[in-house]
Amino acid sequence: MATEELNPNHYPAQRAAKVVQHYLNTRYGSPYKVFGLKKVYSGKVEDVTDIGVKYKLDLLVQEMIENTTVRCSAEVVFARGENSSQVQVSCEELLKINTTAQEEALYQQYKIQRNFLSAENLPDNYGHIEPDMKPLWHLGAVASSFVMLNESTENTLYNMARVANVTQLATENEQLKFDYHVLLHDMVSQEIIHWKLLVTWSPPEGVKVLEMKKLPHCHNCETLSDAS
Amino acid sequence: MTLLNIVGLGLVVLLSVGGAATVERAEYDYYKYHPMSEISEWMVKIANDHRDVVTRVEYGKTYELRTISLLKIGLKTGAKKKGVWVDCGIHAREWIAPAFCQYFVRQILQTYKTDPKMNEMMKNMDFYITPVLNMDGYIHSWEGPTTRLWRKNMSPGPDGCNCTGTDLNRNFDANWGTIGISLDCCSNIFCGRKPASEPEAQAVTFFVGSRKDDILCFLTIHSHGQLLLIPYGHPNFTAPNYDELMSVGLAAAEAIKSVHGMNYTVGTSPAVLYANSGSSRDWAKLQGIPYTYTFELRDKGEYGFLLPENQIQPACEEAYSGALHIITYAHDKTFNGATTSAAATLVTALLAAAAVASNTLM
Repeated sequence: MATEELNPNHYPAQRAAKVVQHYLNTRYGSPYKVFGLKKVYSGKVEDVTDIGVKYKLDLLVQEMIENTTVRCSAEVVFARGENSSQVQVSCEELLKINTTAQEEALYQQYKIQRNFLSAENLPDNYGHIEPDMKPLWHLGAVASSFVMLNESTENTLYNMARVANVTQLATENEQLKFDYHVLLHDMVSQEIIHWKLLVTWSPPEGVKVLEMKKLPHCHNCETLSDAS
Repeated sequence: MTLLNIVGLGLVVLLSVGGAATVERAEYDYYKYHPMSEISEWMVKIANDHRDVVTRVEYGKTYELRTISLLKIGLKTGAKKKGVWVDCGIHAREWIAPAFCQYFVRQILQTYKTDPKMNEMMKNMDFYITPVLNMDGYIHSWEGPTTRLWRKNMSPGPDGCNCTGTDLNRNFDANWGTIGISLDCCSNIFCGRKPASEPEAQAVTFFVGSRKDDILCFLTIHSHGQLLLIPYGHPNFTAPNYDELMSVGLAAAEAIKSVHGMNYTVGTSPAVLYANSGSSRDWAKLQGIPYTYTFELRDKGEYGFLLPENQIQPACEEAYSGALHIITYAHDKTFNGATTSAAATLVTALLAAAAVASNTLM
């Protein structure tokens, strides 16, 4: 099949690159490490029979907390007839971003705290997040990336719009556990989609999503607590 | 108490309230988000404080019967003037857009007396600025966290529909209902029951439509994405001055980048973002307005619609730089061309006369 060169600033390359962002967050993200897409340098697309559409990208991602940029090359395959994607990526010096100390400190702090954490509306209506709530916002973005990775197609562009609610839960093991209600924004449909996520995290294990559930479209919602 | 005492007390209270009001009158904070009531008061105040150059014009009603108004800003020359249109807040949740319109007004009012270029532009053109077009939607988005991400206006869905609102930026009469829309009234890109069915879209259509031969520039401000979008939203249609729109747009993006280093991508919606129809920008282009752009302001998805207040200033500064580039280009193409050629003719005539005179003398 013919390979077509893509304009890196146009939407096909940008949407595929966004999927790479989501993938990197699921693999490497933490309360102190969240990736955003900074730039696409070049892209190619190829229609592969029986498989789907394959994008090859040369891109720059940015770790959003320390503003470190990392150059990556990636392949994204959108499977034909499915809402799924496969990503392979290799990045220069991804491991140079060392957040071990902050993660350990946060983990210990959450472990010894007597009261379980909870927060809502991160950010608030004015875009504000209390500094000690930021790690929970970051964790929400990373957890959301699992959903956004699963849900992405050539016709979507996902970002997490807001953490509506997060509550810490008890665990019997080393993991910290959280119940998240997140709002995702898809740029193409302009819709806000509600998801409930059961999330665990520890520095050695990273972020994992045990359960994810899409909530019904609540159009003239007055209260979020009714959606379940 | 005696009647005199009560009246006396009343007077004292009135005086102290008046005094307090004068002392308390704070500068308007352009770097905070303001609810509709404050924006409306600000518009009245701006018009009052700058009566020589500003008029507040009421030009339509929202579905919930609020009055839509704009600030018309320009030096009053008595002549028929060209115009620049800027609208903000078509989409309720894009709070940075109304913030930009207020900042824009403040900037031109602050600079026109001392900046000769701005002074010239205010002489030759009137600026028509609508800080919040979708007032009902904007007010709804201020009700609380559950409504903060509202997009559409507040008109009821068609019969049998449970959902509220039409996407005003799909409702204009420009390839209406063809692409990038939904006919599902619950969708956030529901285009309405027919072209310009919505009173907010009608208000713009009528006001701009009746002045279309004089409007040079139509800028519609949105968020987010860091994009400058040119017509048309439909992939099968190309604007006659596409090349010019691109080059002016790219120069505007350079101007934006020079302020705080932010990259804005320039192109048609179908190339850069997604195909769509019924946008205000496309409608304006179809009227023959030469320079029509959609601005998608900060950011690229980190905060999205919930842009922190500490980014209002840099976002507005960079966007202003871009908007000013486009406006200045549109102005200079229309006005300085004539001035230059008139001056050139005069110089040539003088030189010719001088040559004749010196020949005669010789």
